[in-house]
Amino acid sequence: MRDEKGNVRFDPYETEQQEWKKQQVKERSKQLLTIISPVLLLLLWEICSRTGILDIRFFPPPSAIITTFFELATNGLLWTHVSVSLYRIAAGFLLGVIPGVVIGLLMGLYAPIRHFISPIVMALMPIPTLALLPIIIIFFGIGDFSKVVTIAGSVFFPVVINTVAGVLNIEKVHLDVAKNYGASPKDFFFKIAFPGALPVMLEGIQMGQAIALLTIVAAEMMGATSGIGYLIWTSYKAFMLKEMFVGLILISFFGFLFSLFLRGLQKKIVPWR
Amino acid sequence: MSNDVKISIEDLTKVFYKKNNSVTAIKNVSLEVEEGEFVCLVGPSGCGKTTLLRILAGLEHPSSGQFTIAADSDFRPLQSMVFQEKGVIPWLTVEENVAFGLNMRHLPKEFIRKQTNNYLKKVGLSNFSKLYPKELSGGMKQRISIARAFANDPEILLMDEPFAALDEQNKFILQEELLSIWSETKKTVLFITHSIDEALLLSDRIILMSAHPGEIVKEIKVPIPRPRTMEQVRANTEMAEQFIAIWNHLQKEVQRSRG
Repeated sequence: MRDEKGNVRFDPYETEQQEWKKQQVKERSKQLLTIISPVLLLLLWEICSRTGILDIRFFPPPSAIITTFFELATNGLLWTHVSVSLYRIAAGFLLGVIPGVVIGLLMGLYAPIRHFISPIVMALMPIPTLALLPIIIIFFGIGDFSKVVTIAGSVFFPVVINTVAGVLNIEKVHLDVAKNYGASPKDFFFKIAFPGALPVMLEGIQMGQAIALLTIVAAEMMGATSGIGYLIWTSYKAFMLKEMFVGLILISFFGFLFSLFLRGLQKKIVPWR
Repeated sequence: MSNDVKISIEDLTKVFYKKNNSVTAIKNVSLEVEEGEFVCLVGPSGCGKTTLLRILAGLEHPSSGQFTIAADSDFRPLQSMVFQEKGVIPWLTVEENVAFGLNMRHLPKEFIRKQTNNYLKKVGLSNFSKLYPKELSGGMKQRISIARAFANDPEILLMDEPFAALDEQNKFILQEELLSIWSETKKTVLFITHSIDEALLLSDRIILMSAHPGEIVKEIKVPIPRPRTMEQVRANTEMAEQFIAIWNHLQKEVQRSRG
């Protein structure tokens, strides 16, 4: 802009508006980048397998995998595997999270319980639950329940540890407020301890969810006759790599879906953060 | 103002004991506060004024000595505290924070609602009642803290440097708001501060403390008529002299504790 003397003049509002528009464009391009990256990867894969840069026997192109996915989906076999795995994940997850939260809260609130239980937790935590699978199978057989127990065992530890940390990290002044205003033990638990521990607890639950997926695949590979892990393993052994990739992509898809769900849940139940 | 004694503190001593050394936070503190009186405790940091308040608030046990708070009514709690800046509970809404004490006492819902709304209005937070504290400024958070204590309608109010973290302008505004709510209720208040200006503006009486060990060294009456404004306090020559006297005392204390 120039005034009558020919000097350049800037309207501050216009300058800021331009700046704001630039910011908006930047934000949108960031979102675009997030969407583009997986698409680009798949595209690259497709091209590489079709041109023979990748060995098509080991890396079938995504388009072929998608075709296989639909074949498996229409003959119904896929759904049995998926539903059985989802059931095991859900049951194992709950069986790990609920005792994890309860024991974690007790440990966080009562020092004697914390000091009594934490050596046991510390000692058991480093043992991968998968290494215990033989023992679990001896106890619970090779049915669904042994898989559920394996998942519960792996989910339990991050949840219990984060719940304890969540309770211990509550600001001391909030405990003082509760005491000063005469909170009963029950009110203290529901109004202070539980909501105060919730954010860190949820992080533990999110970790538990990721671990549940890792565990289910491995557990089904070792001792199962159904499930996504079983599908991956038997397809690999039969050299049906397209089927194997369908299994892998399903795991990736569910992992993404679960973490999206939990993050949404987090926003719902801790709106004050 | 009646001359009934509301808070009576006798020979209160608190020692914090650790492995090889012990610190005497407060030593032989005796104090009487009258019904409806606004008393400020002023002293250098580490003089045990917070410890004294925490003992009265039931958050700390005295090592020796005792105190009594006279109760007029069985219905009221003995005391409620206005905490420093972080005392507002982040997972409760503004409204739930103000109602906290009443909810903890499980009073009738309708009474809680009325009392809460009343105090939300008094501190100007009615329009923010459903928000969470993270959405509010520091000054507004302290308003919640003040409303929570007053709404609980205790026998006495304890305030632990409630305005220490606020900027100068907000501090003035909140001080005047506090005075106006206080003048409606005429509660007995024990208020901790290290700001001499704040003490002169708010209190009927200033209790000066020294550090290591925390002891009461001096009492200063503040006879300026109420309602007061900061301008009046600043213009009062006698108070200007008092300001300097307190200032010198604090300087000396700080020097002493350094040396």
